[in-house]
Amino acid sequence: MLTIVPKKEFIPKPFKKNMSDQTFFSIKIGGQAGQGIKSAGLTLSKVATRSGFNIHTYTEFPSLIRGGHNVEQILISREDISTPLQKTDLLIALNQDTINKHAAELLPGSGAMFDADKRIDTSKLVTGVNLYPVPLSKLAGLELLINTVALGATIALLGGKVDLLYDLIRLEYSDKGEELISKNISAAKSGYDFVRQSFADQLNTVLASLEKIEQKMIVNGAEAVALGAIAGGLQFASIYPMSPISGILQALAVHQEKYGYIYKQPEDEIAALTMAIGAGFAGARSMTATSGGGFCLMTEGLGLAAMTETPVVIINGMRPGPATGLPSWSGQGDLQFILHAHQGTIPRIVLAAGDGLDAFNLTMKALNLAQKYQTPVILLIDKNICDDDQSYPVFDISGYQLNSGKFTTDFNPNFARYAQEEDGISYRTIPGTGNFFIANSDEHLEAGFSTEESADVVMQADKRMRKQATCEKEDMQPPELFGPASAEITLVSWGSNKNNILHAIRDTIGVNYLHITWMSPFPTAAVKDVLGKAKHIIDIECNSTGQLAELIAEKTGILITDKLLKYDGRPIYPEEIITKLNSSNV
Amino acid sequence: MQLSDLTTQCSPNWCPGCGDLAIWGAFKNAAVQKDWNNFNTALVAGIGCHGHLLNFTKLISFEGLHGRALPVATGIKMANHDLNVFVFTGDGDCLSEGGNHFIHACRRNLNLTVFIHDNAIYGLTTGQTSPTSPLGYKSKSTPEGNPDTPINPLALALGAGATFVARGYAGDIAGLAQLMIKAHDHPGTAILDILQPCVTFNKEFTHTFYRDNSYQLGPDHDVTDKNAAFKKAQEWGPKQIPLGIFYQVTEPTYESRFPQITKNPLIQNSPERKDLSDLFQKFV
Repeated sequence: MLTIVPKKEFIPKPFKKNMSDQTFFSIKIGGQAGQGIKSAGLTLSKVATRSGFNIHTYTEFPSLIRGGHNVEQILISREDISTPLQKTDLLIALNQDTINKHAAELLPGSGAMFDADKRIDTSKLVTGVNLYPVPLSKLAGLELLINTVALGATIALLGGKVDLLYDLIRLEYSDKGEELISKNISAAKSGYDFVRQSFADQLNTVLASLEKIEQKMIVNGAEAVALGAIAGGLQFASIYPMSPISGILQALAVHQEKYGYIYKQPEDEIAALTMAIGAGFAGARSMTATSGGGFCLMTEGLGLAAMTETPVVIINGMRPGPATGLPSWSGQGDLQFILHAHQGTIPRIVLAAGDGLDAFNLTMKALNLAQKYQTPVILLIDKNICDDDQSYPVFDISGYQLNSGKFTTDFNPNFARYAQEEDGISYRTIPGTGNFFIANSDEHLEAGFSTEESADVVMQADKRMRKQATCEKEDMQPPELFGPASAEITLVSWGSNKNNILHAIRDTIGVNYLHITWMSPFPTAAVKDVLGKAKHIIDIECNSTGQLAELIAEKTGILITDKLLKYDGRPIYPEEIITKLNSSNV
Repeated sequence: MQLSDLTTQCSPNWCPGCGDLAIWGAFKNAAVQKDWNNFNTALVAGIGCHGHLLNFTKLISFEGLHGRALPVATGIKMANHDLNVFVFTGDGDCLSEGGNHFIHACRRNLNLTVFIHDNAIYGLTTGQTSPTSPLGYKSKSTPEGNPDTPINPLALALGAGATFVARGYAGDIAGLAQLMIKAHDHPGTAILDILQPCVTFNKEFTHTFYRDNSYQLGPDHDVTDKNAAFKKAQEWGPKQIPLGIFYQVTEPTYESRFPQITKNPLIQNSPERKDLSDLFQKFV
């Protein structure tokens, strides 16, 4: 029986005056939908990054606009932090629900700040939790300002610089007038002053400015995809709104005029993809985005892009299905669907991002791959990647080169758009160049004329699939192995589980982790090499059958029987991974 | 440019007497007259007998999926609005499978020219009822008579906000070519519903039927009056099938509403974006 040594920060520590030795400090702020939980979380995050810290946030919210329970965790650390954690060090409760739902996360020594004006019942909290009643409603005056008062109060308690909060308020309301700015600043100040006076002997230094402050961006994965698309030379995006990817289109819509691309809201997902295909045919670097339900409608367009060899990028943000499923939660149930969608056989490139930065880089890469291989490229992300804010050093795009692949606008009276090529990739051209061809959804000859002749059909089918083999040779990346080359337990997973797993195994011994990004083409040999040598494999996924394990079995013949599967819409927390490791019978 | 410039290695495979032959002929005549060529034009078709036209017409084209010609054409036009973009579609293609796209294309007013090959039957799948088949119409899929009330393509286009709505007849090749040119010259989405016989599967709407029962809208019809157009669109029956332009008004095109493409077509805006520090600073 292997004993995994858990990291010390998983052992709850008393909430004491100097919290700076808490490597990952977890604040949870909760209230009703509509109370500005998410915006308060982002503001607090920016205070933290502007004080030199790293942050990661995780939000849970129901699929409605007002009411319901919204909660956001903000993790603050001097170290890199890229995963949610189960623990809460300071709970900020704007309503009773927040106390009720999260009482169990608060251990003796942690803290709970709540609205003293709302007769909040704290009897569910264990003895030893420090209580910080603050008259949030009275200090705010207006309900809309309660979250701002709470921010001021929190910064006071954690020893942060309140001026940073004032700066952020000025920035946020810069186009909304001086009155709104001064109202918000005085609300923040009232909360700050109240806590400084009322809890003078309990203030700590969690948010005290570090000496070294590097500039950091705070982006969520949806924004990261939009930024990656802009950096990747996007010219046309048609995206139908759907959780969790609406943040992508909202970010794209804002910047289109400045950067000269178009975001178009289509009538449905069928139009979203077929418009992007039309734009791709006409020569625009184009993409769409959706979630699994919308991807159902895109399956016919997927094959159309592959058959006509039109470049297009599809971002698929996963949430739990089937049907409408859990609209505002996360999942990894689309992998096998995406790998098999469409009738017949088509070349497809399928990548899965591990976090926001990965999504940024892979979106740029996907736009190039689509151009190079003239076939759909699908990037898998999920709700956690889309919605979790994280701090990163300012993105660097200096190493990126646009690639248009085999593309020409030169006039050739006998243009053979689907000419036979060893690598499967023929020269592409666009309308307006004088060149003639038919981008034909029917099986076709080299110039695109329809054909049903046996030899032609086989020749074109083989040509298209040679692109998959070329991609495997020229662009596919092997999976990443983290940890020791030889281990007692090898974890294998994909997508947003990556950072949760890496966090869990930070201080373990005898555990390594194989992270898979390329799903199609699949790095069979490299996966087989690692897993074939593994002593005990645990597959970790957010779906109910282990879809990556199925893919690994299909490609390598390796059957993984030990799995940690979670499919309730919640992330697999590092704490749960530790528990699984400790209970593994190896 | 000559008719022969439009010839390809493929010969038409439509049934002798098919309305598609006449529509194809009218389009080629219009193309020669207006010099629609591979430097300035792209064609898009859906799936149905009409879609075969792309194989016989040497203009660069996209043959899409059943019902999806319009969104493909929308993407092409938005990417390069300098192109003349012609959409060939059918009554089944754009009123049944692609009905949603039809409505939204009409309301957007992109400068697209849409030809509906309207034969009130599914020809390529050998004779089932279509959205424009009359109530009670007997076909392979409705042996006891069509239980659905037909869609009126002109009224639908008017209701959805199209700025050019016209009806042509495939038997009048010269007149149809001129109507196609007018549809093309209209700055905005032009819907041209073309009545065409399916000589093999539709024994009701024959050349004789259309010749005997259609008439040309005269100068007394005010094409800018939407109510008048809507009223004319309701006419159907013996000697009561109007042909010509029902409605035409000028409104800003969809592409003119995007400042980023007022100077150049989208594909001429460089995708090279080397310095995004301004953008990244918004997230600091």
